[in-house]
Amino acid sequence: MPDPTSHDKPIVVAMSGGLDSSTVAAMLVREGHQIVGMTMQLWNQRRLPELATDKTTGRCCSTDDVYDARHVAEQIAIPYYVVNFEEEFEEHVVAPFVEEYLAGRTPIPCTLCNNFIKFDRFLDMADSVGAGQIATGHYARVTRHPETGRYELRTAADASKDQTYFLFGLTQTQLARCLFPLGDKQKTEVRALARDLGLAVAEKGESYEICFVPNGDYAAFMDAYLREQGTAPKEMKGEIVTADGRSLGEHTGVHHFTIGQRKGLGIATGEPLYVIATDPASQQVTVGSGNALLRSTLVAKEVNWISWSGLTAPARARVKIRNRHLAAPATLYPLDGGPVEVRFDEPQRAVTPGQGAVFYDGDLVLGGGWIE
Amino acid sequence: MRHFYFDHNATAPLSAAARASLVACLDEVYGNASSIHHFGQAAKQKLEMARRQVAARLGAKPKEIVFVSGGTEADNLALRGIVAPGQHVVTSTIEHPAVLNTCAALGVDVTYVAADSSGLVDPGDVARALRPNTALVSVIHANNELGTVQPIAEIARIARDAGAYFHSDGVQAFGKIPVDVNALGVDLYSISGHKIGAPKGIGALYVREGTPLRAIASGGHHERERRPGTENVPGAVALGIAAETADWTSVAALRDRLESGILARIASASLNGARAERIPNTSNIRFDAIEGEALLISLDLRGFAVSSGAACSSGAVEPSHVLIAIGLTREQARSSIRFSLGPENTEEQVDALIEAVADSVRHLRRISTEVPAHA
Repeated sequence: MPDPTSHDKPIVVAMSGGLDSSTVAAMLVREGHQIVGMTMQLWNQRRLPELATDKTTGRCCSTDDVYDARHVAEQIAIPYYVVNFEEEFEEHVVAPFVEEYLAGRTPIPCTLCNNFIKFDRFLDMADSVGAGQIATGHYARVTRHPETGRYELRTAADASKDQTYFLFGLTQTQLARCLFPLGDKQKTEVRALARDLGLAVAEKGESYEICFVPNGDYAAFMDAYLREQGTAPKEMKGEIVTADGRSLGEHTGVHHFTIGQRKGLGIATGEPLYVIATDPASQQVTVGSGNALLRSTLVAKEVNWISWSGLTAPARARVKIRNRHLAAPATLYPLDGGPVEVRFDEPQRAVTPGQGAVFYDGDLVLGGGWIE
Repeated sequence: MRHFYFDHNATAPLSAAARASLVACLDEVYGNASSIHHFGQAAKQKLEMARRQVAARLGAKPKEIVFVSGGTEADNLALRGIVAPGQHVVTSTIEHPAVLNTCAALGVDVTYVAADSSGLVDPGDVARALRPNTALVSVIHANNELGTVQPIAEIARIARDAGAYFHSDGVQAFGKIPVDVNALGVDLYSISGHKIGAPKGIGALYVREGTPLRAIASGGHHERERRPGTENVPGAVALGIAAETADWTSVAALRDRLESGILARIASASLNGARAERIPNTSNIRFDAIEGEALLISLDLRGFAVSSGAACSSGAVEPSHVLIAIGLTREQARSSIRFSLGPENTEEQVDALIEAVADSVRHLRRISTEVPAHA
């Protein structure tokens, strides 16, 4: 809950036009806080017209979502602004997203957006307009260690909505100034509250897609983006091979594949085949049986520690290697210079470079890093 | 909290005189100006009275005034109503989107003449851009972002000597500085009501007698076959009164007070565009190392409405194409704020705005030197 001494300063709510952030704004207004609503304009939907769809909501900065956010702001009588972070978003999220895929990794743009836009540039904007804190509709909880005063991140009360996997990059300074009012709520409660408050978005559905990628077709997005930038590699095709080197067919670029992928390989065989590895240098995609996907270890780099201040000796934790992964028991080993080696008790399917490895102890988020 | 308005180039409040005429007309004059009966005649009389008032302010003949819905339609009518396929158009890089985007949509060759760093178009550049098939030259009279007044008379003479028609978007100039269509030598001139105290939804295009303007919509015979559709008589009446009564001469002193106050109080602040040739109400100021969007929001939360750049469809701010066109970097354009004053602003409001700007800029510069949150 907000620090009572900060009541005189406004709180800026990041409003996407969706149910969750709209409810956050309305809740905080009802609690008596001075609220300013802001929507981040992150991507110009008029770009890459070849990707246009008739779907108009759930994509970042869709005009319909901005109308919804504005409508809610009007209902709860708060000042509301759309702030333009298009240039920053392209630099810190879209361009790295494309580069990572080209390098054969599977990036998480939402984490980059959290690290560089929402909890960085947006926080700066809140500072700029004299606000002390920002509030978002994330499902996560922040607590403070009673003795050390360290900010701790904890999973949401509604486990099915928990978003801590995407928040592993948050620093102490950022956590000190963020409010996640939905962290101790169930999604059903949030919708009931929105209905209760009469919010225009109370019946709105959810979006799970990467906001700037229409229809979830990230490969089509990448192709269009590279064409627009004039940086499309000349030769983007290669072979699909088995682990023992048998060629099964051709493909149009490794960025169309992600580790663990089964569908869309374009080859028919008796047993189900999965992507086991991609190599951008040779443009080779290696496929194999499900068992070939199992890995017992991984190295996480650029580790950010949240609830723990660091790691000096091996420690037990549960580790999540993608958002929908059930955190698996493992031992964390500190490596020289900061990376962490994760040794799972049981091998895990589809350890994917570019995704996050997030360390948990119960509901506590210890920290996390990027899978090498 | 009290809110003060310093964004008159976006739109101005309804003037008391325009409001009185508008309300009276809405209440009393409901006939269709094309109808033959008493009610129609009453409406027609009001419409023609308004046409004479607008014409008088422009030094034009009443029959040269075509009422339209506003500045954007006036620009569209002027460009689309003159230019034919295969012809050539000359315009400038600092036009309003109503001209720029219409030029781009004409489907003909368009030459965009650059403005210099002071925000002025060089008539010599226009002369060099002319071609044998140039049908129309269109140059904005007073730029909406900088307020700079272009050497229209000289450019118009060059265009017309070459056999081209000359149009000027006068939306920001009309009512704020003297405009005489004959002294300027324009063939077509766009004006808008809501910039000078009339309501939104009314504007006019001056069309010099003999200019072969085609209607761009089809319908009835209204406005001498140049603009079909039942006339907006209350709007025209209010525009007529606004044209007759608009007086922005006193605004220059307020603008100068604001400008010198800000430039004296705040370091690393500088004026964009020429100081001399400007409409009396506009000041565009760059604050180094400041995000204009953040300054705009800060000022709004303190009760002062200003503008920065252009609004895109979502309402977010994009860097001004005009500032980029006169040679500012994107960074500089993003750190610029447009103050546009009006006759109802007071010295007290201006002084309070100077304080608020100084305070906000100090705050923004202080936090921008702190360690960023994502270290």
